[in-house]
Amino acid sequence: MRIVQPPAHIRTSSVGLGWALVTAFIAAMMPVTSARAETALLNVSYDVTRELYKDINPAFINAWKASTGATITLNQSHGGSSKQALAVMSGLEADVVTMNQQTDIDAIAERGLIKPDWASRLPNAATPYTTTMIFLVRKGNPKGIADWGDLVKPGTSVVIPNPKVTGNGRFSYLAAWGYALQSSGGKPEAAKEFVQKLLANVPVFDGGGRGATTTFTQRDIGDVLVTFENEVNLIQKELGADKFEIVYPSISIEAAPPVAVVDAVVDKKGTRKQAEAYLAFLFTPEAQAIIAKHYYRPRDAAALAAAPLKPGRTKLFQVEKLIGEWKKVQAEHFADGGIYDQIVIKR
Amino acid sequence: MVSSSATETLEAPPQLPGRPPRHRRVIPGFGLTLGITVTYLSLIVLLPLAAVFLQTATLTFAQFWATITSADAVASYRLSFGASLLAAAINTVFGLMLAWCLVRYTFPGRRLVDALVDLPFALPTAVAGIALTALYAKNGWIGQYLEPLGIKVAFTPLGILVALIFIGLPFVVRTVQPVLEDLDTEYEEAAASLGATRWQAFTRVVLPALTPALMTGFALAFARAVGEYGSVIFIAGNIPLVSEITPLIIIKKLEQFDIAGATAIASVMLVVSFILLFVINVLQAWTQARGRR
Repeated sequence: MRIVQPPAHIRTSSVGLGWALVTAFIAAMMPVTSARAETALLNVSYDVTRELYKDINPAFINAWKASTGATITLNQSHGGSSKQALAVMSGLEADVVTMNQQTDIDAIAERGLIKPDWASRLPNAATPYTTTMIFLVRKGNPKGIADWGDLVKPGTSVVIPNPKVTGNGRFSYLAAWGYALQSSGGKPEAAKEFVQKLLANVPVFDGGGRGATTTFTQRDIGDVLVTFENEVNLIQKELGADKFEIVYPSISIEAAPPVAVVDAVVDKKGTRKQAEAYLAFLFTPEAQAIIAKHYYRPRDAAALAAAPLKPGRTKLFQVEKLIGEWKKVQAEHFADGGIYDQIVIKR
Repeated sequence: MVSSSATETLEAPPQLPGRPPRHRRVIPGFGLTLGITVTYLSLIVLLPLAAVFLQTATLTFAQFWATITSADAVASYRLSFGASLLAAAINTVFGLMLAWCLVRYTFPGRRLVDALVDLPFALPTAVAGIALTALYAKNGWIGQYLEPLGIKVAFTPLGILVALIFIGLPFVVRTVQPVLEDLDTEYEEAAASLGATRWQAFTRVVLPALTPALMTGFALAFARAVGEYGSVIFIAGNIPLVSEITPLIIIKKLEQFDIAGATAIASVMLVVSFILLFVINVLQAWTQARGRR
């Protein structure tokens, strides 16, 4: 299995000879996968799924060999979710995309590379697993943090990654928004005020989820880290349970990373059958068990029951149901001059 | 043909500085090299830059103006250009001292120190950022002593300055070093024997000879700092209006798939950087011309 580094500087090729040349140049630098006799799939994914797909891919390769007798190679590309989506839009030939937010796949679909019905082609709106945003606090929980309400108290320092540039940060922001919306009986004004207070308690906006983890665990910044449940469990496992404690808030967001076949690419390369089989494989008990091992919440009940993860008291809400359609949420909250920009500047 | 021109050159009187040579050259090829220069520059530099401006051109002027004058963008220009200029200035002073020490004195481990200077070139910037953050965070080796004094470096604009100084250091040292090696100590000795004080010998004799190289080093260090993202992003804290550098504003736009907006900010950076570098070049030519008189 070869790891393909994402081309860092590809932009859209919609305008101008310049882009065409730049893209052609980068395409020429890419390893030629299609020239090989055996089929190769490229899975363009987000940043923190490296470990997950490192385990899933060999399992799929074996399963594919067993059922069809054919060998298949899987190449991975990892990076920030939106940057990866941009690369695919610019011509990175991904057979499948496994992103951390629906909006990233929608953006590729808007370019016509993926058919608009992608979410209905696989179970659970094409999301093989979920996770949520929970808290990690320092040993003994010195600030007594139990729920979102404790995060806005003066003197509490909260570490979240930058909501403008990371899916992780956006989910944290929306989780807090959802909590405030619910506890105020659905008043957006109250949610705005609450999230503004929370953002005022953030000393550092890291550019990535792992960066925020490092800031909290290694730099000793902050009383609480808000991040994905799987990341929190990974920290516990890697850095030892004697330094940090996990806190499950009363309510949080359901984050469901979606997957899709890139229609335009698989039709060109003739890899549709393999790409569809690969994504369908993610929903099989075998893959679901691997997903559970990595502290995500698999869709399969049996796999979840056997998971090392012990989901706490947190009730999960879906963005679509509580706050609004993803596209609208993205435009209202995170676009330039949107609610996030307004309150983070006033903080 | 070749041999005759070689003889001509050998017989030609030594060139006076500043006057363009009029004789035939030993190695011909002006047309060829200029052709390659133009083609290469176009492919490697001009085309990507043109693409930036083309992409920006998809915006209306009102949109363009609103994008480049938004509060966070303006705050980031101030920070990015301000910190880069300051870092380059600090590097110019200390880079000169380093180069002086390395060229004028021999001491055990000199070659090692010399090699150390290049390390910021070689180190992946993200590693530099993480290492500096680890040092200057409140639990770091340096940060733990600064914190009680009320000095916060990591996650403040001061941290950005530290990172930019780090990545810009080799430029000044490496541009000044060869010039200093060529500058014979006899000049200082002559100045001293003519009654100049040490300070006069330095400011009137040594410094004018080094100024063009210092300015080149300054310009390179500045240009490098303006575009720097990898190391700064870890130590900056990235607080809107306080510690967001301009490259981060560009990344923020790209995250929303706002490519035109990102290139609009990039074009501002390019234009401002170009003007500043051009001014530095003009100043350099001027000091060089003045130095000859």
